[in-house]
Amino acid sequence: MAKSTAEALRQTLKIKLDYDQLTNCMRCGFCLPACPTFKETGLEAESPRGRIALMKATVDGVMEPNDQFEDQMNHCLGCRACEPACPADVKYGQLIEQARDAIEAHTVRHRGWVKVVRKLVFKQLFPHQNRMGLLGKGLRIYQKTGLQTAVRKTGAVGLFSKQLADLERTLPKVSGKGVIQQLGTRIPAKGEKLATVGMFRGCLMDSMFTETNNKTVRLLSEAGFEVIIPESQNCCGALHAHSGETHDAKQLAKSNIRAFQEAGVDYIISNAGGCGAILIEYDHLLHDEPDWREQSEWFAKRVKDISTILVEKGRLPQPSQPQSNDRVRVTYQDSCHLRNVMKGGNSPRKLLAALPDVELVEMKDAGSCCGSAGIYNVTQPEMANQILEHKMENANATKAHYIVTSNPGCLMQMKLGIDKHADNDRVQAVHIVDFLFDRMVKS
Amino acid sequence: MLDRAIVAELREAVGERYYKEDQESLVTHSYDGTPMLQSLPDGVIYPGNTAEVSAVMTILNKHRIPLVSRGSGTNLCGGTVPVQGGVVMVMHRMNDILEVDLQNLTATVQPGIITKRFIEHIEGLGLFYPPDPSSMSISTIGGNIAECSGGLRGLKYGTTKDYVLGLECVLASGEIIRTGGKLMKDVAGYDLTKLLIGSEGTLAIVTEATLKLIPPPKHKKTMLAMFTDLYGAARTVSRIIENRIIPATLEFMDNPTIRVVDDYAKLGLPLNMAAILLIEQDGDFETVERDIELISEICHAEKADQISIASNQEEALKLLTARRSAFTALARLRPTTILEDATVPRSKIADMVLEINRIAQKYNVQICTFGHAGDGNLHPTATTDARDHEEIHRVEEAFAEIFEAAIQLGGTITGEHGVGLVKAPFLEWKVGSAGIAIMKNIKQAFDPLNLLNPGKMFAKETRRRVVLNRG
Ligand SMILES: Cc1cc2nc3c(=O)[nH]c(=O)nc-3n(C[C@H](O)[C@H](O)[C@H](O)COP(=O)(O)OP(=O)(O)OC[C@H]3O[C@@H](n4cnc5c(N)ncnc54)[C@H](O)[C@@H]3O)c2cc1C
Ligand code: SF4
Ligand code: SF4
Repeated sequence: MAKSTAEALRQTLKIKLDYDQLTNCMRCGFCLPACPTFKETGLEAESPRGRIALMKATVDGVMEPNDQFEDQMNHCLGCRACEPACPADVKYGQLIEQARDAIEAHTVRHRGWVKVVRKLVFKQLFPHQNRMGLLGKGLRIYQKTGLQTAVRKTGAVGLFSKQLADLERTLPKVSGKGVIQQLGTRIPAKGEKLATVGMFRGCLMDSMFTETNNKTVRLLSEAGFEVIIPESQNCCGALHAHSGETHDAKQLAKSNIRAFQEAGVDYIISNAGGCGAILIEYDHLLHDEPDWREQSEWFAKRVKDISTILVEKGRLPQPSQPQSNDRVRVTYQDSCHLRNVMKGGNSPRKLLAALPDVELVEMKDAGSCCGSAGIYNVTQPEMANQILEHKMENANATKAHYIVTSNPGCLMQMKLGIDKHADNDRVQAVHIVDFLFDRMVKS
Repeated sequence: MLDRAIVAELREAVGERYYKEDQESLVTHSYDGTPMLQSLPDGVIYPGNTAEVSAVMTILNKHRIPLVSRGSGTNLCGGTVPVQGGVVMVMHRMNDILEVDLQNLTATVQPGIITKRFIEHIEGLGLFYPPDPSSMSISTIGGNIAECSGGLRGLKYGTTKDYVLGLECVLASGEIIRTGGKLMKDVAGYDLTKLLIGSEGTLAIVTEATLKLIPPPKHKKTMLAMFTDLYGAARTVSRIIENRIIPATLEFMDNPTIRVVDDYAKLGLPLNMAAILLIEQDGDFETVERDIELISEICHAEKADQISIASNQEEALKLLTARRSAFTALARLRPTTILEDATVPRSKIADMVLEINRIAQKYNVQICTFGHAGDGNLHPTATTDARDHEEIHRVEEAFAEIFEAAIQLGGTITGEHGVGLVKAPFLEWKVGSAGIAIMKNIKQAFDPLNLLNPGKMFAKETRRRVVLNRG
């Protein structure tokens, strides 16, 4: 990197990085054992303490923010397992976003295809719900017409990058219709109404996991909530925020806040840990816009994950009694953002453990990232694969029939993991909503 | 940056990937857990076995390049800050448990193994390795040995030095020595094992250690005793020991710490207490029950305001959390947390706490004190902000006076964190000039060229003593 670019980046880092947070890190190292990239490599630079030291060193003028610095910031999964481990309460998630934001403002250097993917995904696709819908329709045609089979058989997937091809195999059956088209925008509560909730439908969830979205709505309604799905809501902005495209993230946040405020809901429900975590931090995302303070706090305060609201406020449908004494073995893979940011890792476990025919077996390091992390598995394939392989060793050891997850990214990653590394043909990955629905509502 | 030819030799010794000198590696090995210190090394090396360590040391010795051995960099004395540049040697790759000898009850390990991982493995085998520094989830056995780390169980079970039976080390010359072994008795010559424990990487590089294991206690009980009178708490500590009861854990928190902990952890602790003692006993069922009863009686006799005994593991854990959150809570108060390590004879705890409070007030700094009352090891902890130079200066002055007070009470400048860079100017206060001279001679004998962790332990100048004015 040329000297002048590095200097310009340093200046931007100086402005964007919260120096208070950088000094709050007392370098105790408590976050190291929590960090997946440190676990994989054993390198200090690949740890939260190391990354914070690098950020501080660039600001302090001890080091030049060179290519390697940029790469290191991108190596971080953003799983934020380091935050709960930190005695000093360093807001690592904010620091990494600030660093990436600064880098994004300067970089001329994404690897070619990463650049194309990012542009396509961030600018052209995710912010546009209708295009996501089209993507869903396109996928449906692709799957329905036998094109998928053809592509798979002929190995045309090999034409994609290897990593994209891997992902292609994990795509769910897509219906092509979103949740609103199927259920409408207002679904009444079953029985006495406990509260009105706004459903955050998500882009990936709504175009590729529409069934899960439908079941989310029906679970909520069974549990006593009236569900409103504001039509004008859009992408949560998580991917943008985590990769440094803060400006776009803010625009998306504002329009979501407007949509849900107009709907006048008591809670805002997400069924994707990755979306939920950014939604619950909209107040932070918009912290430097005083005009938005009140609204963003209104919003952030109301965000809850589907599992959490069911446990905390819901009137849970009685699970059907098991037909036989056969209990299914289930293991739960945490969504990092649900666990580390929304602090909602207990609720899914409570729900699962309460089912009469389910035996919940914890896998070792269930709380550790699976390597999916937004588009991390596309941009950092090597590390993502290494992490996934270790994750599957732990999942295999439980001999579970189901690996239950709370986020579409994790779900696809676990499917990929099963495809590549499962030592049991019967094991399946499912979203917790689908799993609960089948056992609580359907029968 | 080192000469290219030397770098080539080092790469040859450990393999291309395991010597690094890019900015990223240098910056991330320029600090440790000690606040406000930073100095870049010239290179970072990751050896994979003893032979490589020896080869590296031979090369560095030939070219007179300093070496800092490093575990996880959690020490709090600047012990791994490469103040004179040179090479930082990270021991993480050498992390195997080589043997657990169930007949002799010993374990032989490489130095880079994480303490907690080792303890979990040993406990899985139904055995017990007591040293438990609070940093054990990331500190290494090598670092524990080099600092002679202690923990909550130090009172009854001792510290790292009581569990190291033998060592394999690489000297500054590159030669390899072995000390001790799986022997419970060994008086063949000077006890080099004990000398090397706590030598802070200044005498040799530990490449293997044989550790003593013991059977685990069968039963455990935990209690909290709260006092409105500081002396009551302190007398309780002395009386427990006088009565020939050695609890497994006997921890102390002063009033400022109680307030902070409660505010943070919402444990509902009474805020008017001058001190809280956390007491745990372990052993046979009958002994534990009897000891806890006796301890309660002593607490009552010394006018404890409240005593609570945990009825089950869950409650015990809650009590332990109160003590463990002390550091966590303090760390959240202000950006910079300076945790110190003054130690006094356990009969002097109350005097020392009062001294600390007086000194904190004198210098107008916030210092909260908690620590291992049972062994007199206190952690006066200043919460401050590294960017406020004037305040930091006052904090430093206050700590100098605290060390002075500790020594006057028959104590020491560090009970478990080591001398390193930070405490070097105070070492002579404790050991005297003849003591320093003999220590320097020992250093000279091991490391004539002063290559191993230079700049640590011995300061260029001793700090002048603070004159205490008690007017
Ligand atoms: C939050 C926190 C809590 C702590 N609690 C405690 C506690 O309860 N009790 C306690 O005693 N300490 C405590 N410490 C201090 C510290 O954790 C210990 O000193 C620990 O033993 C250091 O281990 P490490 O692996 O991080 O070593 P490092 O910090 O990397 O190194 C420490 C010293 O050991 C030397 N060294 C490392 N490896 C070797 C080797 N193989 N051969 C020769 N020399 C070597 C280094 O040169 C250095 O001088 C705490 C620290 C923190 C940050
Ligand atoms: S745990 Fe927190 S304070 Fe400690 S090194 Fe990590 S980020 Fe810094
Ligand atoms: S966010 Fe996850 S990957 Fe990134 S530093 Fe923290 S623990 Fe490591």
